[in-house]
Amino acid sequence: MKFAILVFPGSGCDIDMYHAVKDVIGNEAEYVGHMEADLERFDAVLIPTGASYGDYLRPGALAQTSPAIDSLKAFAASGKPVLGVGNGFQILTEAGLLPGAFLRNKGLKFRSGKAVLTVQNIDTPFTADYKNGQQITLPFAHQYGNYFLDEGTVSELKQSNRIVFTYADSNVDGSTEAIAGVLNEQGNVLGMMPLPERAVEEIIGGTDGLPLFNSILKRWSENNVSNV
Amino acid sequence: MTKVNVYVTLRESVVDPQGIATKEALKTMGYNEVENVRIGKLIELELDGSATEIDARVKEMCDKLLINKVIEDYRYEIGEVAGK
Repeated sequence: MKFAILVFPGSGCDIDMYHAVKDVIGNEAEYVGHMEADLERFDAVLIPTGASYGDYLRPGALAQTSPAIDSLKAFAASGKPVLGVGNGFQILTEAGLLPGAFLRNKGLKFRSGKAVLTVQNIDTPFTADYKNGQQITLPFAHQYGNYFLDEGTVSELKQSNRIVFTYADSNVDGSTEAIAGVLNEQGNVLGMMPLPERAVEEIIGGTDGLPLFNSILKRWSENNVSNV
Repeated sequence: MTKVNVYVTLRESVVDPQGIATKEALKTMGYNEVENVRIGKLIELELDGSATEIDARVKEMCDKLLINKVIEDYRYEIGEVAGK
């Protein structure tokens, strides 16, 4: 399976994502720059965290003007999986691929550490390897991690089962309904603030992010086998 | 040359953590009459074009990039730039 890792000016954690895909799960990974528009040859797109365009205007806002985002929209519409973590999630909301927007953390400060999450939906291409209701621990690092959704959108997401992760222990940054990760309507685009690529080996402090990557692989091979 | 000031504010339904912290700070300083503080931002644009053109284009810029309607409201004022 071939993964594209989108790199914008200011993306900071593209190498973590590359390492997770290439070295840990042993699949093909390639960096794709923000001026490149060719995504068709990939099976999945990963948008890493960092501070694209210096977080100017609003985090993720300026990235939406790059050619790579135009191709990303076509890629997402084709039904292939797209995962945005941290700043990647912010980019997906600003580009209109996921609902909601990001505010500064309730406590105003940048925070990093480990968050305990509840897996709310395992019927997605990203979470099939988890158990429903499973609690997992993933690192996070953000100053604009306060995910905001209006009431109408929240109930829409609940009804369509598109809330994938919630904060289980504490929701200090103030996200609406303690939401940590959401899915698009089509079910193939996931955005999440915690960082699964930083939890794929015991040596870096945990492996709770690994099932997410394995789920993507599993879904892909199922589809591939059924197409043969 | 025309100057346009775009005033961006958080929507009323959105909690403004910066505003709350600033209100508390003002109260600590003794300004107990302060009941609410909301912090927004000002975007200054200098651009060419006819008045109607500018109005339409600025609105478009706000909708497409400058503003995130999920959390923000905006208004703008159009004026001349002196000496340009």
